[in-house]
Amino acid sequence: MKKYSKTHEWAELNGKIATIGISDHAQDQLGDVVYVNLPTVGKTVKAGEMLCSIESVKSASDVYAPVSGKIVEVNKNLETTPETVNKSAEKDGWIAKIEVSNPKEMDSLLDKAGYDKIASEKH
Amino acid sequence: MDSYIPHTDEEIKEMLDVIGVKSVDELFSTIPSNKAINSLKISKGMDEFNVLSTLKKMASSNANADEYAYFLGAGIYHHVIPSAVNQIASRGDFYTAYTPYQAEVSQGTLQMLFEFQTMICELTGMGIANASMYDGASSLAEAVLMASRHTQKYKALISDTVHPEYIETVKTYVTGPQIKIEKIGHGPDGMVSIADLKAKIDDQTSCVVVQYPNFYGVIEDLKTIRELSKDLIFIVVTNPISLGVLEAPGKLGADIVVGDGQTLGIPMNFGGPSFGFFAIREDPKFVRTMPGRIIGETVDVDGKRGFVMTLQAREQHIRREKATSNICSNHALGTLYASIYMSLVGPNGLKEIGEHNYSKAHYLLDALESTHHFKKAFSGEFFNEFVVESDLDIQKFEKNLFKKRIIGPLVLPNVDRSSKGKLLFCATEANTSEEIDRLISVVEAM
Repeated sequence: MKKYSKTHEWAELNGKIATIGISDHAQDQLGDVVYVNLPTVGKTVKAGEMLCSIESVKSASDVYAPVSGKIVEVNKNLETTPETVNKSAEKDGWIAKIEVSNPKEMDSLLDKAGYDKIASEKH
Repeated sequence: MDSYIPHTDEEIKEMLDVIGVKSVDELFSTIPSNKAINSLKISKGMDEFNVLSTLKKMASSNANADEYAYFLGAGIYHHVIPSAVNQIASRGDFYTAYTPYQAEVSQGTLQMLFEFQTMICELTGMGIANASMYDGASSLAEAVLMASRHTQKYKALISDTVHPEYIETVKTYVTGPQIKIEKIGHGPDGMVSIADLKAKIDDQTSCVVVQYPNFYGVIEDLKTIRELSKDLIFIVVTNPISLGVLEAPGKLGADIVVGDGQTLGIPMNFGGPSFGFFAIREDPKFVRTMPGRIIGETVDVDGKRGFVMTLQAREQHIRREKATSNICSNHALGTLYASIYMSLVGPNGLKEIGEHNYSKAHYLLDALESTHHFKKAFSGEFFNEFVVESDLDIQKFEKNLFKKRIIGPLVLPNVDRSSKGKLLFCATEANTSEEIDRLISVVEAM
C-alpha cells in the first residue's frame, strides 16, 4: 500500500524494496519540473534525510527519504524527461528504489486519507 | 556635495565607544607598522592644487611599464591594449562594475555578458562558460570544489607547475569541504611527471589540475594527461592570450577550463582587479554543479531575441545555504574590457598577437643564451615565458637592469625555495627588440 510523509514524498513497499517519489500534490505546488538531481545508487540514507533535489521553473526543492535503507535503483528516465514528475508523480515519475533496513518505518507514514487531509490544510 | 553631511566628533566618539576602540587610528592597528607608509608628509591646510602636485611628484618615483622595459610575467602580464578598449568601455551605457539586480531590465549588459561567454567558449573550445568570476586563482579554487561536488570524491591532484599562489588559494577554499590536496611533481622538461600522476590517482581522486602553459612557461601535454586521468575531472588553468596559437584545451579533453582574463585588454592594475573565466564541457548534468552566473539567450512573448539569467535555481537567492557556490556575482567591468578587446582584435588578431609573444620570447632566450650567462632550465617547449639558470649575481643584475630602466624577470626563489639561481623571464608583443638588446647590453657589461 502506498504511504505518504508529511514532507510530501510517497513510498510503496514491495517485499524489501520501497519505491519512492513525490506526491501529486507536491508536483502541483512545484510547477514545471525542469531537472531532477537523482541520488547515487549504493548510497545509504536515513528516514528524514535529504534524498535528492528537484528543480522547477520556480525553485529547487529537497526531497527527503521517507524510509531508511540503501538506494538500489534510480529512475534514469527522469534525466531526459523530468516532466514525467508532473505528468505521473505517483507512478512513472518515481525517483528511487530503496532496500529498506527497517520495514516498520512504513507504519509511521500516513495513509492516503491522512495525507490528503494535511495537504489540503497547508494552504 | 551639499547632501553629504560628515559625522560629528560626538558621533564618531559614540561609535568608537560601542565597539570599545579609543581612536579611528586604532581601527587600522592590524596593519603591520613596517607596511604602513609614514612618509606622506603633507602639511595641514595645503590647497587641492598643491596636494595634487605633491602627490604626483611622489607617484613619479614609482617605476611603471609605460616608461620601463618590462620582462616580468608570472600571472599578470604587460600587453598592448588598443586605445579603443578604454574609449568604448567608458561609454555610460556600457560602464558598470556590476550585473544589476533587476538583470533582465538591462538587456545591453546581459547581451555583452552573453557574447563574452560565447567568445570564451570559442577560445577555450568548451561548451558552456559563465559570466566570469573574481580572478584566475579563485576560479581554479571553484573548479576544484565543483569537481568534488560532481564526483563526491575529496582528493584533488594538482601539478606543482601550477602558479604557487593559485595553489595557496585552492588550499584556502578547500578547508571547509575538507578536500585533500596532493601535488604532482614535474620532470626535467618542466612538465607534469606522468609517472607521479599515475602513482597518485586512486579511487578517491576527484580531479587533476594542470596549467597550460604552466607557471614555468612550459606547454603541458594535455592529451596524454587526459588519457591517463580517465574518469577524473580534468581541470586546465590557461592564459587566454596563448590560445591564439595553442590548441584549445577543450579540444584536448579538458572538462573545466579556468584562468585569469587580465591578458585580454585589462591593464596590470598593480596585480588586479582583473576577472576569472570559467568554462566547462557541454553536459546538462555537469552544468548544474557549475558555480557562477550564466546568461542565456531566449525569445520574449513577441518572439524577439532577448537575454536572461539562467539556471538560477543553483544560486544563493533561491537555494540559500544549499546553493551550488557562494559566487552570485561576476566581474562585469573586467568582462566588458575583455569583450571589447576580443571583438577588436578578432581571431586572426589573437593568432598574430600569440605569434608575436612566441617569437619575442624565443628571441629573448636566444639572446640570453648567447651571453653564456644563462641556460634554459627546462627542456619543454614554451610560449611567452621561460625559466633560465644564471651564474650572475642576481641582486646586482636586478639593480643594474633597473638603472637602465628595465624591470627584470621574476627571481624564482622569492616564491619557490627549490628554484635557487633560477629566473622566470617573460616577453610579449609589448617588448621591442630594442628593449631586448638593452637588456643584453646590461648582461654584457656585468
